[in-house]
Amino acid sequence: MTDLAAPLTRASGAGLSPDAARARIRRRYRAEARFRLYGMLAVGFAALMLVVLIADVVNKAWPAFFETRVRLGVTPTLEQVSTDGKLERTSLMGGDYDAVLRTSLQELFPGVKDRASRRKLFNDLLSTGASAAVRERVLADPSLVGKTFTVPALLDDAADLYFKGLMTGRSERGGRGTLIPSATTGEITLTSTADDFSADLADTKRALAATARSLRREAERLLRSAAALPAGDERARLEQQAAEIVAQAADKEQRLAATGGAEPLDASEPSKLVVLDGGIIKLTSLGTNEATGIVLAPLASTQPAAAGSWKVVTLDQPEANRKLGDQQIAWLEQLRDKGLVERAFATRFFTSGDSREPEQAGILGGLVGSALTMLVTLVLCLPVGVGAAIYLEEFAPKNRLTDLVEVNINNLAAVPSIVFGLLGLAVFLNFFGLPRSAPLVGGLVLALLVLPTIIIASRAALKAVPPSIREGALGIGASHQQAVFHHVLPLAMPGIMTGTIIGMAHALGETAPLLLIGMVAFIVDVPAAVTDAATVLPVQIFLWSDLPEAAFQAKTAGAIIVLLVFLFIMNGVAILLRRRFERRW
Amino acid sequence: MTTMPQIDLAGAGVQPATAVAKPKVVARDVNVHYGEKHALHNVSIDIPEQAVTAFIGPSGCGKSTFLRCINRMNDTIASCRVTGRIELDGEDIYDRSLDVVQLRARVGMVFQKPNPFPKSIYENVAYGPRIHGLAQSKAELDEIVERSLKRASLFEEVKDRLDAPGTGLSGGQQQRLCIARAIAVSPEVILMDEPCSALDPIATARIEELIDELRENYTIVIVTHSMQQAARVSQRTAFFHLGKLVEQGPTEHIFTTPEDKRTQDYITGRFG
Repeated sequence: MTDLAAPLTRASGAGLSPDAARARIRRRYRAEARFRLYGMLAVGFAALMLVVLIADVVNKAWPAFFETRVRLGVTPTLEQVSTDGKLERTSLMGGDYDAVLRTSLQELFPGVKDRASRRKLFNDLLSTGASAAVRERVLADPSLVGKTFTVPALLDDAADLYFKGLMTGRSERGGRGTLIPSATTGEITLTSTADDFSADLADTKRALAATARSLRREAERLLRSAAALPAGDERARLEQQAAEIVAQAADKEQRLAATGGAEPLDASEPSKLVVLDGGIIKLTSLGTNEATGIVLAPLASTQPAAAGSWKVVTLDQPEANRKLGDQQIAWLEQLRDKGLVERAFATRFFTSGDSREPEQAGILGGLVGSALTMLVTLVLCLPVGVGAAIYLEEFAPKNRLTDLVEVNINNLAAVPSIVFGLLGLAVFLNFFGLPRSAPLVGGLVLALLVLPTIIIASRAALKAVPPSIREGALGIGASHQQAVFHHVLPLAMPGIMTGTIIGMAHALGETAPLLLIGMVAFIVDVPAAVTDAATVLPVQIFLWSDLPEAAFQAKTAGAIIVLLVFLFIMNGVAILLRRRFERRW
Repeated sequence: MTTMPQIDLAGAGVQPATAVAKPKVVARDVNVHYGEKHALHNVSIDIPEQAVTAFIGPSGCGKSTFLRCINRMNDTIASCRVTGRIELDGEDIYDRSLDVVQLRARVGMVFQKPNPFPKSIYENVAYGPRIHGLAQSKAELDEIVERSLKRASLFEEVKDRLDAPGTGLSGGQQQRLCIARAIAVSPEVILMDEPCSALDPIATARIEELIDELRENYTIVIVTHSMQQAARVSQRTAFFHLGKLVEQGPTEHIFTTPEDKRTQDYITGRFG
């Protein structure tokens, strides 16, 4: 044993006993395994975060790529679409195409009689841009005037959200008994042969209990804060408020305690709609097998409806919290039941500029703005940056001045981007008087921002070219400049490209400096030149994320996806270019 | 820059004892400083035309430094300062009016490590003639490339793949490509800085053969660490030690009857 161990001792070299040597090797293995584990954990964690982020964004953005339209049969009359009774293009340009759609909707809903409801029918359901579809068709083919044809009319953002299920949770349940309505319009009573409404009643009771509890808590909180205040008006006001809330809670609790009787439903509770015989009834009070409600869409008859031919639709979000009332939702439900509602890919999202109406807002303005800004940035900072890098690295004399320049370039790379925005505002806008919100100025500011990155990366790439190549060229009588431009620069090109890509990607995602030069303005038109007012993708995202309309949440996520895709494409193109450069050399 | 001491080359006082009949390069009292460091002390040497002159000596003795003075490659080092006089065909190469690029076209250089450009074999050789405008047409350029590759005895090996990258050749082939590249601009002098130190013995033998052939048309200066190599390829040898040119003369003299003790010690392997 000792004979066998002896060479091992020598082999370990440090005069350790075999056991100690073995222990040391084990320790080393353990340390290596630990390190590998840490590495894998770090990579795994980062990958997981990325997946979660992308999945979340894609999930949120999904609705933004689809729009909901209703197929309306329209018959434009000459009086509606022509300003002077002629079928000239100029006369048709100014026509009232809204009126065409309005008429079409009224024909679909003959029961809607009063002015206010008719206005609601049109304004709350259809987008303000819906008539553009009719207008386009008529302008393209004036012979359509007077004829009937179908157009996809864009729905308003709220209606769109309703159909995408983002406005309220919606569930429906078929009736089990035969339901007998008391009338076809107005306030009616529905009587079922089974205890069809008991589940709804139980639901409502549960909701009541929850509301009562939260009201009690709210009252307690108010009373506590009141107790902390000195006696006076403020304290009295709070106590008064608390007392009102307690009264409400007491009311709810009383309703909760009552059994057997009808239970009223109000706007602060989930809505219950009964769909029956072509009509829709909004329930206002519930019993176990009897309910009363208001007819939102008239019934065809008072015939009893057999089990399964009618249903109860529950909208989880109370009417008071929704942008669309039960009446509008009843109309939408009817449109859907008639099979007129369609969902389609929202090309509009990619082909139109910004809008105050979420359903009409598109990303094209930001996209073109970003492209123009990037173009200006690239055109400015690639030649300047690479030129500066070549001069500083290869030709500049090494003295105090060049040292100072070098230190300041490094400092510039560390300056917060918003400072560049202020500089742009002071110099480009105020001093040189360049146009506000223009991609030209944005590009100038971003070029300043990116320049240090490109110079530093390019210098590093030039420095990394082996000196033997330079010497080889000088050795056969190439001038210094020839050696640099024929040999060193092409070899440094992939590195320079990488630096430029990193810089441009940085610039593409930059928001802060552009806010200061006015690219944050609300701009509907898609810019056509670098001096037009524009915004860029990240600023568009910032703008949309700030808007109160729920539909803009999806638009924001959609714009983020577009920005990411834009970045991926840029990187892909750059990698391709880099590959080609490397193959040639 | 430097002030050039005016030396009467005809004067017997400064003429080295070992002057050669037809000097191509004449150096007198060359001193080189790298910043504070005095790298080369008063080197005076005549380099004969159409012959191989070898510089030998231990590492850091200044032989490469002196070699790089002959085509002014030291100009690229900012801290380097050269004084004294070096003449090529009687023309002061450190003269202000002299174009350093023209000088380097006349005095080519081959480096220690093969450094072909990362381009095709053809482009490697054609680059020099192209920038110097030596070829009027593509055919002429083709001919220069072929001739240069033949002279560097590389043509037979690469004639079918002139478009292949030069970096894909073996080490010895790469070095011959570098020699072809240097020959292509028709230099008068070729400086070789330890051209075989990165090569195996077989490749080394081929390069040595090549050097021997090239001697007929070019003046060759070679720096080497191998005394056998110096003995095999050179006609004249100069021994450098600690920045000084210790001894120079015909190769057989240096290797058989060195006058200086240090030379003797070095060539017999007692130090170095």
